[in-house]
Amino acid sequence: MYMTAALRRAPSAFRLGLKDGAPFILVIIPFATLFGVVSREAGLDAFEALAFSVAVIAGAAQFTALQLLNEQAPLLIVLATALAVNLRMAMYSASLTPHLGAAPVWKRALVAYFLVDQVYACSAVRFEENPHWRLDQKLAYFFGAVLPVCPLWYVFTVVGALVGAAIPGWMALDFAVPITFLALIAPMLRTLAHLAAALTSIVLALALAFLPYNLGLLLAAVAAMMVGARVELMMRSEA
Amino acid sequence: MTPDIDIDTATIWTVILVLGAGSFVLRFSFLGMIGAKPLPEWVLRHLRYTAVAVLPGLVAPAVLWPAATGGEPDLARGLAALAVIVVGLVTRNVLAAMAAGAGVLYAVIGATAALAL
Repeated sequence: MYMTAALRRAPSAFRLGLKDGAPFILVIIPFATLFGVVSREAGLDAFEALAFSVAVIAGAAQFTALQLLNEQAPLLIVLATALAVNLRMAMYSASLTPHLGAAPVWKRALVAYFLVDQVYACSAVRFEENPHWRLDQKLAYFFGAVLPVCPLWYVFTVVGALVGAAIPGWMALDFAVPITFLALIAPMLRTLAHLAAALTSIVLALALAFLPYNLGLLLAAVAAMMVGARVELMMRSEA
Repeated sequence: MTPDIDIDTATIWTVILVLGAGSFVLRFSFLGMIGAKPLPEWVLRHLRYTAVAVLPGLVAPAVLWPAATGGEPDLARGLAALAVIVVGLVTRNVLAAMAAGAGVLYAVIGATAALAL
């Protein structure tokens, strides 16, 4: 077991990352196109839409910002709300630090830039499954998963901005994202602790949905992490 | 406030640049500050549940109260979500789960449209 682990090299981790990232091509394309269309409708040109996707590279925050801009919300509210939507990224950052924290600072900066939901979710699962992976294998996996996801986000933002309002509403492209996240969650529910954390997250996020600035989600997430950790301890003492 | 429909260029670029920088700071935060310093076991124990604590809460309101329908629960989206969860749990395959969700979503949208005719 240890031998085979040592024989595994970074290229195979990179290929595994590519393979795990590849399914998201199906959702990144419609979601990025939708963002391009919505930004065109809000009066952005293709270059501005592209700059938005390259600089922010976070769909939910980008949609939130555009919607508030459309509603003529004050600039500070637009920024605060969209950044609050992205606060979960700081939690992802903390979660990957035990795995990737030893990398040189420029590599950590690159990881941080590409730290999107899909890549994070794949990495969190695989890093936990493969505790013997070295740092270079973990980095190779991470960037392997980035490759099918992030470049398409830029390209199809531009496509959407150029195509304009040609996508009919019945296509329900908005639902590409919930479908992706749900598909990401199911394989994570490996233990009772994971299941308890997920249920806590759902119940509290719904119950606290009335709070402004996405605060409900953050409170739900913190509580769910505490529940997961607590259940893990309880299961361990029983075993 | 000007009554213009278009958002003015300066505002757009301010949002793009500040939101971009702010998002990077959030993503770099722990990776940048803590780096290779070892974290205590109780912190690691909580961090193991980050993904499963954030994503379900992120998606639950979008499933029950989709913005695209003005927050009204929607049969197609609800059934599609259910299909993703069931197929995801059974197969543990992200692609199969997403395909099942898209299939159910369009099947129900198509059936609803056919019934309305």
